[in-house]
Amino acid sequence: MIEVKNCSKVFTLHLQGGIRLPVLNNVNFSIIKGEAVALTGPSGVGKSTLLRMIYGNYLAEQGSITVDGVEVVGAEPRTILALRRATLGYVSQFLRVVPRVATVDVVAEPLITLGTPPDQARDLAKALLSRLRVPPQLWSLPPATFSGGEQQRINIARGLIHPYPALLVDEPTASLDAENRQVVIDLLCEAKARGAAILGIFHDAAARGAVCDRDVDVGAFVPDADGEAAQSAPVSA
Amino acid sequence: MTALAAELPAEAPSPGAEALLTVEGLTKSYGSQIGCRDVCFDIWPGEVMGIVGESGSGKTTLLRCLSGHLSADSGTAVFDGEDGPVDVLSMPEPARRRLMRTEWALVHQNPRDGLRLGVSAGANVGERLMAVGWRHYGRIRETAGSWLDRVEIDPERIDDRPTTFSGGMQQRLQIARNLVSAPRLVFMDEPTGGLDVSVQARLLDLMRSLVRDLGLSVVVVTHDLAVARLLADRLMVMRRGEVVESGLTDQVLDDPQHNYTQLLVSAALRL
Repeated sequence: MIEVKNCSKVFTLHLQGGIRLPVLNNVNFSIIKGEAVALTGPSGVGKSTLLRMIYGNYLAEQGSITVDGVEVVGAEPRTILALRRATLGYVSQFLRVVPRVATVDVVAEPLITLGTPPDQARDLAKALLSRLRVPPQLWSLPPATFSGGEQQRINIARGLIHPYPALLVDEPTASLDAENRQVVIDLLCEAKARGAAILGIFHDAAARGAVCDRDVDVGAFVPDADGEAAQSAPVSA
Repeated sequence: MTALAAELPAEAPSPGAEALLTVEGLTKSYGSQIGCRDVCFDIWPGEVMGIVGESGSGKTTLLRCLSGHLSADSGTAVFDGEDGPVDVLSMPEPARRRLMRTEWALVHQNPRDGLRLGVSAGANVGERLMAVGWRHYGRIRETAGSWLDRVEIDPERIDDRPTTFSGGMQQRLQIARNLVSAPRLVFMDEPTGGLDVSVQARLLDLMRSLVRDLGLSVVVVTHDLAVARLLADRLMVMRRGEVVESGLTDQVLDDPQHNYTQLLVSAALRL
């Protein structure tokens, strides 16, 4: 479902004299349907960078990334947008939404975009919000002023409302209490059981153990101090 | 209002179809001063493209060339119109004017440039319907009223002149006036420009839902990267008349490749 081949990433900082920072090199792994994989490694090693590359948010320097057979590296924006709409979900650490839009609509939006009738999408959103224990009196309010934990659960609801075949999750349980963490773990396990491929970052070892089948150590993809990322990968197009 | 929705072509954006507009090599200079140089891009059905850059980067020149307010020095802009493909840069003036009243729309930064201030709000919206051949007064008025409601203006205000409206209301009225005739391609020049922040948020939310519900293709020029992030599917970054970078909106803003884009993103207050 998700396949990464010979991928590398270099950040070029033009504002600091054009320094090139190779962060990932020769990344290779794949995830099949119904499998959950955790990215591991210390902070700053490039776990989020790798997730973002798969989501098309960061550009890969070279190599190939396919999600459900669709090539992400070098893809046209509309190809990536179509992939994100129907196939590839992403739960980030932070909620970013239009001001003034009610919580229930924030959560329902991905379904409405895919053509679900708005009333039906809102009902599904409400069901998911109650499962994530977001109080009903908050549903009609915009989430901008909510607490960190509430915003995170709304973000999770938005990311899981559509049954995406592939899911990227970045610290989904970070600012949640034990009970809420368990709800999120259950939701991810259910997604896996229906066949979703999940790639996630979990600092919480218990959550990682409960959801994931295996680990991929991102530390193995960090370039050598003198090794420019461009040298080793033999892939051209 | 539900009857209205049925009248409008609510087609979903169809991926894999033809590009709606294909611009190639568009160049415009003012004497020795470059307005924009060799600009190329495509707009696909249902897609929102943002053009960002500082003042003087050529954004507005580009928009004015496409909308016929300026004549380009060279280049083509082929629009996949209802009567077949046409090059809007070289088409005869009457045909271009007809296109601007029917399949295209232009939302100005200052609503006073896009509205007729001497006539009522209802007449401002109804005028475009008359331009596309509507003649039944009752239906025009009814449709105008429902569009006022749709852009969150009290339909009771239908007979008031836009000069009695606030800036945010005027901008929403301008949007209603432009969208009432179901255009396929909408150009917006700094649509949230002179508005205060809460009014901006409301307008952005409204524009997003209209774009989704009507399946519009939009080219939006803005210097505000936060507005671009909320509205645009993809971005084109301009500097000194040239396109320096383009791509998916969040990719351009989160992982900018070009020197100038990195500068622009790092200079933004908050994204």
